[in-house]
Amino acid sequence: MSVVANNVITPPNGQHWLVRFCYSFLGGLLSVALWAIIGHMLFSRPGYEQFSGFLPGPAARALARLFLDSRFWLSAAASLSRVVVGLSVAFALGLPAGVLIGYYRRLSLTTDLSVQFLRMVSPLAWMPVALLIFKSFESAIDFLITMATIWPIILTTAAGVSRVNPQWINMARDQGARDRQVLTKIVVPACVPHILTSLRLALGVAWIVLVPAEFLGVSSGLGYLINDARDTMEYDRLMAVVIAIGILGFFLDGAVRLAMKRLKWYGDART
Amino acid sequence: MICATLSIDVVSPSPECRDLMKIRIEHLDKYFPLPAGRRLPVLEDINLEIQKGDFVMVLGQSGCGKSTLLNIIGGLIAPSSGTVQVDGQPISGPHRSITMHFQEPTLLPWLDVKDNIAFGCRIRGETDDLEYRVNEFIEMMGLSGFEKSHPAELSIGMACRVSLARALVARPEVFLLDEPFASLDTFTRSRLQEELINIWLSEGFTAVFVTHDIAEAVLLGNRIVLLGGQPCRVMDTIAIDLAYPRRLTDESFFQCKKNILESFKTSLERNAP
Ligand SMILES: Nc1ncnc2c1ncn2[C@@H]1O[C@H](COP(=O)(O)OP(=O)(O)O)[C@@H](O)[C@H]1O
Ligand SMILES: [Mg+2]
Repeated sequence: MSVVANNVITPPNGQHWLVRFCYSFLGGLLSVALWAIIGHMLFSRPGYEQFSGFLPGPAARALARLFLDSRFWLSAAASLSRVVVGLSVAFALGLPAGVLIGYYRRLSLTTDLSVQFLRMVSPLAWMPVALLIFKSFESAIDFLITMATIWPIILTTAAGVSRVNPQWINMARDQGARDRQVLTKIVVPACVPHILTSLRLALGVAWIVLVPAEFLGVSSGLGYLINDARDTMEYDRLMAVVIAIGILGFFLDGAVRLAMKRLKWYGDART
Repeated sequence: MICATLSIDVVSPSPECRDLMKIRIEHLDKYFPLPAGRRLPVLEDINLEIQKGDFVMVLGQSGCGKSTLLNIIGGLIAPSSGTVQVDGQPISGPHRSITMHFQEPTLLPWLDVKDNIAFGCRIRGETDDLEYRVNEFIEMMGLSGFEKSHPAELSIGMACRVSLARALVARPEVFLLDEPFASLDTFTRSRLQEELINIWLSEGFTAVFVTHDIAEAVLLGNRIVLLGGQPCRVMDTIAIDLAYPRRLTDESFFQCKKNILESFKTSLERNAP
């Protein structure tokens, strides 16, 4: 450890990755210990033995079984495809809306109240409405994910647009750019970092809304797996699905973060 | 000839001078609206005539309205009253023959050096022999080998070279420069000053160069327009009859700078309220 910590190559503002890994590992270990202690305190009381599946040991074994089970991967794929559909619709509607709201001040003044209001409505509150509008549960879930994610997409994109360096816009106009060219050649590319941020936010929200949305009468998906495990009282499997949801979400988020890192100019101050 | 030594008092020049007139500013006022219906007067009754091929230095303190004046000539902001004419045509927006160089390099960080330089040509759809023209200015500005670099990887001096190249590749008839070298170190600045003068001598555009540095004004311009006051007016204009290239170390340069300082002092005192 000390050899790594004293490494002269370590950049002053960021620790060596191995040090970071050690810290993360330690933190993870502590969380599992906490989980084990609290779990034992709760479930070692008489009458609660049936819930011992929630403890780390049984959950870990169930997780291993889960990862080898093709039904789990089918469910994960079903969930992912819902997220992709819901997010795609949200982006298809939210990106242009966000760009226009950020670009035209009048539009922003007109829509601000409504967006701020709708943003605060829990997407799950739309569930009965979704079931009335859409015949299939599948579409209802997509709708809920869209409703959950479109607001952060609109707001983050609009914030990005309104923060585009005004001198870039002046430069483009001086070079003869028309309004549409300013939008497509300056504003939209300048917003790519904000758009990726909004993708990251939206993905997080979508992944959170997904599970309760899948409690709606569908028979596939990760939310369905949790419900199913509860009904059959396989609590170790239930806990394993919870952990799997966390792991998948972590990797999805990591993929977007990687994309953000690969943008060389992301967060670049020099203009 | 009257045309050779211009003064701001010449409002209606003789017909043969009219051909040479590039920019004419008449009774220009500019104020910015402030909250609560008040307004901030920035420019007041600016009258200026700039001849074809001039290198005019607009000299004034920070915050006195130099950038505002340049933005009005460039058609980026509208005057509150008065007119700006280029080649006899009133300016009502950005104009093809006028190109601006901003205070910051304002490079687009998602484009590499080459695409940044080509940006304006692509916007205007001038893509014939684009490659050739861009390469010409990459070479002229000493950017060879940096074509694929991104702005974040460039020093501030290099970034300035790129933005000069981006402006020059449009082959402007009027080149507006807003304190382009203010943030550079002395060595880089004097090298770029020298290169800019060489390019001006070979390309023959009309330059309006904003600065708050008297030495820079005397070094580069063939005419200095002194702005001052609150709101800002033209205090004085002075022709500089030094031959190019000028050097900071020349006795004649030093003498000229001293004279100009003296005369600016008197004109500032004369105009004091
Ligand atoms: N868009 C604007 N709105 C309000 N005030 C402005 C605006 N642009 C410039 N000003 C004000 O006008 C004055 C002159 O600004 P500027 O032309 O940038 O000065 P300079 O370039 O000489 O430093 C400053 O007091 C500045 O605060
Ligand atoms: Mg300025």
